[in-house]
Amino acid sequence: MTATQSPLKPKAYKSSVKPVWCPGCGHFGVLSAVTKALAHLALAREEVALVSGIGCSSRLPAYTELYGFHGVHGRALAVASGLKAARPDLTVLVAGGDGDGFSIGGNHFLHACRRNMDIAYIVMDNEVYGMTKGQASPTTAPDWTHSKLTPHGTGIPSFNPAAIALASGATFIARGFSGDPGGLTRLLVEAIQHPGFAFLQVLSPCTTFRPEQKEWKKMVHPFDEDATGNPVEAAQRIVADDGMSTGLLYRTRIPVWQPANRVSMEVSELEGGFQV
Amino acid sequence: MKRILLTGNGAAAWGARLASVDYVPAFPITPQTEIIESLAGWIDNGEMEGRLVTLESEHSMITAAGAAAATGVRVFSATSSQGLLYGMEMLYTVAGWRAPFVLVNVSRGLSAPITLEPDHNDILAARDSGFLQLHCATCQEVLDTVLLAYRLAEDEQVRLPVLVNMDGFYLSFTREPVEIPERERVERFLPAFEPGSIRFRASAPESQAVAVLGGGPYFYFRYQTHLAARNALKVYERVAEEFEALFGRRHAVVEAYCCDDAEYLFVMMGSFATKAKAAVDWLRSNGWLIGLLRPRLLRLFPEAVFRCELAGRRGVAVIDQNLSIGAGGVLHTEVTSALYGQPEAPPVLASFIGGLGGRDIAPEEFYEMAEVIRKAAETGETPPPRLLYTETELRETRKLQAIAQVERRQLGEG
Ligand SMILES: Cc1ncc(C[n+]2csc(CCOP(=O)(O)OP(=O)(O)O)c2C)c(N)n1
Ligand code: SF4
Repeated sequence: MTATQSPLKPKAYKSSVKPVWCPGCGHFGVLSAVTKALAHLALAREEVALVSGIGCSSRLPAYTELYGFHGVHGRALAVASGLKAARPDLTVLVAGGDGDGFSIGGNHFLHACRRNMDIAYIVMDNEVYGMTKGQASPTTAPDWTHSKLTPHGTGIPSFNPAAIALASGATFIARGFSGDPGGLTRLLVEAIQHPGFAFLQVLSPCTTFRPEQKEWKKMVHPFDEDATGNPVEAAQRIVADDGMSTGLLYRTRIPVWQPANRVSMEVSELEGGFQV
Repeated sequence: MKRILLTGNGAAAWGARLASVDYVPAFPITPQTEIIESLAGWIDNGEMEGRLVTLESEHSMITAAGAAAATGVRVFSATSSQGLLYGMEMLYTVAGWRAPFVLVNVSRGLSAPITLEPDHNDILAARDSGFLQLHCATCQEVLDTVLLAYRLAEDEQVRLPVLVNMDGFYLSFTREPVEIPERERVERFLPAFEPGSIRFRASAPESQAVAVLGGGPYFYFRYQTHLAARNALKVYERVAEEFEALFGRRHAVVEAYCCDDAEYLFVMMGSFATKAKAAVDWLRSNGWLIGLLRPRLLRLFPEAVFRCELAGRRGVAVIDQNLSIGAGGVLHTEVTSALYGQPEAPPVLASFIGGLGGRDIAPEEFYEMAEVIRKAAETGETPPPRLLYTETELRETRKLQAIAQVERRQLGEG
């Protein structure tokens, strides 16, 4: 990571809109880390697009001074893919919740991982649909009984985002914690710098519907080992992991997918094609 | 029979509970979530039988609903706005399956821009899907209509899914006294579903237009569905009569309020029509001969009732809480096409668009609309469509635009 001289302070990336998040919501930490990472990378505000779906987490773009794109529920990655294809010069960040990204938008996650466009995807995972007042998401444990909709738990094993990302071909897989702004900023910087699709799961507590997640700060711990580039090793670590390890898990480099921007042909060239 | 205070959402849930539904595929969305959460609570504490299953989106939810209904069980689900639109592919598909079930939609305006507040663009996007549509104005009507909707959907002559609509916030979250009918009486009105040929048995397939078909056979099955929908009005009238006999509440195809001697009429759907009623009362107390027509069914549209009710009136104001982009109000189009060529059609059929994204329609605006049609009636010329949007609102919006411009300049036009 190269520390560039930043002409802008993190605050300059924040908008004047006051977040409507609940007090103590983990998403505040993500907002702060995003602004710090951008300041650290000295990215001009107009060169960064922040795309989101729908959810408490997806309000993030409104709280920044970037090109914001508050899309529709589940479609953030589709929006970002179109944006990046048309404007490869932009730094494209995508943010959303575990519901947005793994439930209603789950299929886009698989294909974004395998497409490997140069996009950084931040999932603010609170293991719940916060915005609709506390229903189980795909990352919720099967025995979480505090949703009115599933008072006995869903009974459905939860989804392992890192495993799915790895299996789908993601080239950068990391996990951060919103309560560790320094660590999260570092991971964000790396995710943005990574050429290709960077997946960053952020454990981001929902203090209102999952108050027990306040304990996460005591539970998180760094990965025991440095990042690997070996998918078999990464898979073994994911299986052995308790879901609370933070840091970079896996990084590899394959060509970034970017549709070629074909300049339209000159008439003379076209005519050439017709000569016999 | 007991009477309790219920929200529109609570009333919808009670409707499903009394209908003894077997299966509820569910996915949350504001302002609907209270419906599925109430059902989940009752199933959990044993007050209700049936299975509620959460899905990963409305697309899968409506698919699951259609598939379950195609096996002959009674199915209920609920959604709103973006959710209804996300499931749009399946609305057409399950209607083509001729799978009868009830889907409650809690109306909310569509993206973009994003809003949580109501208008009818969501439900009207489903107008041509093959679902029948019933629109409610009160919480009591929501409960009763869910029961009516099952009779309509499951009728042998119909066999189509039905959407029951209520306005988000205004109805979904407003408490009104609602009579909860006794279970025995409901069972007399709505006995257990007798699916007949709607069943799922590998040894004896009886499929319903699910094959890949082109040209002639495709056309045939689509037209069959159309004919089934055309039966909906007379079936609705019959079951509404039965309902009235059992429960004493009449839910006519079209509610006609103070229409007998009216020279002028408002036409509108949903809970905002109760505001139109209040305006009719005030105008009448000031000497106006004015009334209100409120269609409960939008599909099937009760054309004949409209032709008859509008015949000979001097002026009509159709108030749409929707905007068919580039065309105008959908209800206005429906009414106009019902009236074409009718010798006694009113000379003035004015279109007003109001209440988008939860914007209120104030009493003064109703008085103003009445004034507009009265003036127009003097010349017999229908005025151009009009938006219910005040100068103050326009100024507020312009102010926001100006602020945005300044901010953009500060950011260096980046
Ligand atoms: C098509 C559609 N269906 C449902 C919804 C309702 N909805 C809004 S946000 C949300 C889930 C949000 O959960 P998550 O993405 O985990 O974000 P959080 O609020 O927890 O940050 C749902 C189901 C919607 N907006 N659009
Ligand atoms: S509901 Fe949960 S996720 Fe949403 S703002 Fe509140 S604490 Fe955050």
